[in-house]
Amino acid sequence: MTGSRRLPLLLLPAGIFVLAVYVWPTLLLLRNAFNEVGPTGAMVEAWSLKTATETFADGFTIELTLNSLQLSLSATAIALALSYPLSLFLFRTDSRFRGLLAVIAILPMLISGVVRVFGWLAILGDRGLVNTLLQSLGLISAPIKLVFNWTGVTIGLAESIMPYMILALLAGFGQLDRTLEEASRSLGASPLRTFWRVTLPLSLPAIVLAAGLGFVLSMSAYITPKLLGGGRVFVLATEIFEQATTNTNWPVAAVLAIYTLGLLLLLLVVSNLLARGLKR
Amino acid sequence: MNGAGPVLSGLAALVYAVILAPIIVVVTLAFSADSFILFPPSGYSLRWFQALAAHAPLLSALWLSVQVACVVTLLSLAVGVPAALALAKGEFRGKDALTGFFLAPLLLPTLITGLALLLFFTPMRLTATLPGLVLGHMTVTVPFVIRMMTTALSNLPHDIEAAAATLGATPFRVVRRVTLPLATPGLIACACLSFLLSFDETVISLFISGPRASTLPVEMVRYVEGRTDPLIAALSVVLIVATLIVVVAVERLVGVARAIGK
Repeated sequence: MTGSRRLPLLLLPAGIFVLAVYVWPTLLLLRNAFNEVGPTGAMVEAWSLKTATETFADGFTIELTLNSLQLSLSATAIALALSYPLSLFLFRTDSRFRGLLAVIAILPMLISGVVRVFGWLAILGDRGLVNTLLQSLGLISAPIKLVFNWTGVTIGLAESIMPYMILALLAGFGQLDRTLEEASRSLGASPLRTFWRVTLPLSLPAIVLAAGLGFVLSMSAYITPKLLGGGRVFVLATEIFEQATTNTNWPVAAVLAIYTLGLLLLLLVVSNLLARGLKR
Repeated sequence: MNGAGPVLSGLAALVYAVILAPIIVVVTLAFSADSFILFPPSGYSLRWFQALAAHAPLLSALWLSVQVACVVTLLSLAVGVPAALALAKGEFRGKDALTGFFLAPLLLPTLITGLALLLFFTPMRLTATLPGLVLGHMTVTVPFVIRMMTTALSNLPHDIEAAAATLGATPFRVVRRVTLPLATPGLIACACLSFLLSFDETVISLFISGPRASTLPVEMVRYVEGRTDPLIAALSVVLIVATLIVVVAVERLVGVARAIGK
């Protein structure tokens, strides 16, 4: 095509957009982390590390970090335990409904998060599905607290990251060599032994990548901890939002945001290195 | 070894139950006759759909969300498709780096983007305005359109375009008469998903919404925080049905799994 030299000009509108509405605000966020908060709570323009040092000297920041890490770890573990068999099923099945089943597995991703959180409130609430069921079976006398605490947030979060992990696992399974499993079976290994010694080790890189993705998504999730936590669950994401909106303390929000981003970056690098190491 | 085997199929069925549980429960609850969240409901009625039809804040938020999503979709395609065309068809230095640059916003969590946009928009008085919400949502949809359409355009057969060019068509004419018509199913699917992404966008909207203008997910979050009755379930049914229509359309056109997973 003769006009292909002018083709890069088509990138201009998108380039201007990304620079103005994405790159510039992100730089602004970095800049705000160096501002200070005056005694009246008003922001003071500065180039200092005062806000950062004060934020990290605060024991609450450490507590928030541990809360976020622990929540993300549990949610990722649960989501992985559920996503793995489902993905393996989708990978192996020869059902003619395979396409439809795959769509259903990733459907939650397309349905508003608020809708799904509301569903969990109805399942886990004091007069919800689980408590009604357990009470009618006579297993419990008073409702057990399953929402507005860590239990509810962990369950809701696990469900919300599953579609992403299923997609990551399916992409990873693409590299699984079926002939190795068949060889193991024909040499007399039981299905369980074949899974344990062949399928699982071969899919380990996919597991690590999917878990890394789930962990990162959990760390930055806001809606689920906010709504299913009912104001009793404090993580980095909820604190960033509170500081930015309710307290209008932008410097602290910016420091916490950059800190969280640093943690996420570190996690991504580690999980990618781990996956690459496992592939060899 | 063919198929999935009974153990794996059984496990998968259990996981499907977990995935579908919240959705099924919400749909059932929408027809509840109770005044609070009780599951299973003690009786069934359409009272919450009637309440929804009379709830002005949610309806005006719904209308705002539809407006925002329409503008976002049109602008994202206008900005994103030309860029995708250049990235898919062009051969120039630094193409890989540029692709990375355009997709970078997809890497940052919306929590961070939302905060950055709040700091950017507040001095410009763009928070809680239609232009502000549109620009905010576009930080998600523009990279999405570029990623999806770059893949779609790269996968088109090159020989038809080459034939048109050989027969004397100008590059502009080739794009207008050959490339874009071939890419139409992908374009429509891309538009549908952009609409959905904007319509469901919650975190960025929460940062930059205000009493003057808030989108439907923001109003829903506020409602759920304040009260627990089945009204949101009734609204959810409306949203789920609308989403399913879009999903079926996209599945017919290009396949959902392919559209979302790169």
